[in-house]
Amino acid sequence: MQAVTLASPAPDPRRRSFDASGKLTVALLFLPPAVLLFTIFVMLPIGEAAWYSGYNWNGFGPPRNWVGLDNYRFVFDNRAFGIAFRNNILIIVVSLVVQLPLAMALAIILAETFRGAVALRMLFFLPYILAEIATGLIFSFVYDGDYGLLAAICRLFGVEAPHLLASPQTSMLAILIVVVWKYFGFHMMLFIAALQGLDKNLIEAARIDGATRWQMLRFVILPLLKPAIKLSVFFAIIGSLQLFDLIMPLTRGGPADSSQTIVSFLYNFGVTRMRIGFGSAVGVILFVGCVVFAFSYKRWVLRDE
Amino acid sequence: MKVLKFLGALTVGSLLSAAASAQTVVRWLHIEPNPGAIRLWEETARDFEAKNPGVKIEMSFLENEAFKARLPTMLQSRDKPHIIYSWAGGVLKAQVEAGVLEEITPQVREHMAGLAPGAVGAFTLNGRIWGVPHAVSQVGFMYNKELMTKAGVDGDAIKTWDAFLDAVRKLKAAGITPIMVGGGDKWPLHFYWTHLAVRLGGKPAFEAALRGENGGFEGPVFQRAGDMMKELVDLQPFQNGFLGTRNPQAVGAFGDGRAAMILAISSFYATQRALSANKEGIPDDKLGWFNFPAVPGGQGLPTDTLGGVNGWLVTKGAPPQAAEFLKHFVSAEVQTRLAAGGFLIPVAKGADTGLRAAFLQNIARNIGASTYHQNFYDQDLGPSVGRVVNDATSELAGGTMNPRQVAKAIQDAFRQGN
Repeated sequence: MQAVTLASPAPDPRRRSFDASGKLTVALLFLPPAVLLFTIFVMLPIGEAAWYSGYNWNGFGPPRNWVGLDNYRFVFDNRAFGIAFRNNILIIVVSLVVQLPLAMALAIILAETFRGAVALRMLFFLPYILAEIATGLIFSFVYDGDYGLLAAICRLFGVEAPHLLASPQTSMLAILIVVVWKYFGFHMMLFIAALQGLDKNLIEAARIDGATRWQMLRFVILPLLKPAIKLSVFFAIIGSLQLFDLIMPLTRGGPADSSQTIVSFLYNFGVTRMRIGFGSAVGVILFVGCVVFAFSYKRWVLRDE
Repeated sequence: MKVLKFLGALTVGSLLSAAASAQTVVRWLHIEPNPGAIRLWEETARDFEAKNPGVKIEMSFLENEAFKARLPTMLQSRDKPHIIYSWAGGVLKAQVEAGVLEEITPQVREHMAGLAPGAVGAFTLNGRIWGVPHAVSQVGFMYNKELMTKAGVDGDAIKTWDAFLDAVRKLKAAGITPIMVGGGDKWPLHFYWTHLAVRLGGKPAFEAALRGENGGFEGPVFQRAGDMMKELVDLQPFQNGFLGTRNPQAVGAFGDGRAAMILAISSFYATQRALSANKEGIPDDKLGWFNFPAVPGGQGLPTDTLGGVNGWLVTKGAPPQAAEFLKHFVSAEVQTRLAAGGFLIPVAKGADTGLRAAFLQNIARNIGASTYHQNFYDQDLGPSVGRVVNDATSELAGGTMNPRQVAKAIQDAFRQGN
């Protein structure tokens, strides 16, 4: 108690300068490690990628063959890149239109306390805990047109089982189902946490004023959840842009590049073909896209928080 | 006291590991999925260790596709393997040019006299030897005699493309899946296009394409190869969902008797057993083979073969024992043993006497009598163009590209280079 009273009456100039220099010392002591790590592991690789993207380089030895912006031209000329870009947009749309509303609906139901609510929450959250590669493998078995769970269900109804992952028309559908299945639990948890932090008085007041359940949801709860929703949208979009590890075990971007995402395109066309310059160009494009999105989202959507 | 004991244990442990690291360790990275073959390989390694005290051979495995994808990165890491698998061709050339391999000419030159010259040639660039071949293979149709008979088809009588298409029709009519293919891995599909090109144009066509003559890979021979592959694809000869099936799955399913034919590398003879559900696969008396059928008006000879030359490369900075081990690995004695197990067609002279299976003896004869042995295109044309060949031909099979687009995509990639 005494320490607090000693520290609080402090407005004398000498003391303030001591404070400032103290902060400076702290900054000088604690900032360099973080800046150093950030530079070495974030800024340098990005800079390197940008530099490599100007070369026709197979990854062996130092890059020598400078080609300027050719790699970027090749990327944009590539049909598969167009498909990958379209798929990423599709994943974002499905995340926003299907996954988040589903997560919200479940969150609203499960935020109430009733028997089994916690168990159900855990159950829905489980897919998120599962490693992406494991999820992909599991679903490649589920989707298997000969032996899979889906095939068994189809046979039960006497229908011939589709090979979802083997057709350019359905491969993306199959992947989208897995994406929604895997990540809705995460968003649901975000919403539940936000719901539990809501001011109960406001809800109580709305109820006393005679609001119906729907009105309460529409005019009280959802507006109060806005910050959580904005955050969820942000995660969903960035996550969708970077989707890769689910794609590889399921389809590796095929058939006929129908399920490429930008990152799987980078891997399949850059890394495995030993075209490091080309791959770097894709990386730079993706990075610029993510940064532009992140900053503008922060500037325009998250500005009140 | 406990702490002291623990520290003591630590010291002893570190001393022991120091003693162990005084040995020369040779890291050997392979892609062989067949446990039977691996057992023999391990014996060979232990054998070599016994003869060369202080050397330890460490084997590690990567699946074929994973191996190809990870190799470039791996070769530049500090812990790179010393011995790696290779299909020779353009990928080997890229690796040599990149300086990631150790030239082993002085160490192995004399020893190479005991191996088939063609196979050694595949690993020789400008008179310098970069690797040691250990097996050759042929691409052709492996078939299930029972299923073929059921559909009234005689596999041995299939000599022409038309007869082959006819067999596919008959099998379909009999309700049997004509052909199994691992289309998800793409390269099993590229065999159709490339082998048709070998039959249509022979060696001159391929060499002209490499020189950019006759329209390169957009020339008439390759267009025609696409058209003929399309003829086959239009019959829907493959299993359902073939674009999603990986090659090991497909080979296993063929071993399970779920399709009548598979366009196979001759080494599938052993893997169809190892990968089948009951580990027995199709027994010798029910397993047939016919060479890729001839095409009307083809310039290639029926004795031309498409196939692989497989071997081992030594990476830059590897200990000299790596090459020594390879010499031991392709010695006539070891090769005879591997041939006897039915795991490969050997390259060591005289080792083919070890081949017990008539199936493999036949392949060895074919390769021995080959008038032109074309290496796999996806390896021969280098990592980047090779992948485009695989992509484009599997799109042809999937119906998303037409033969013209396939030829153009490959020629474009070839012109762009790496």
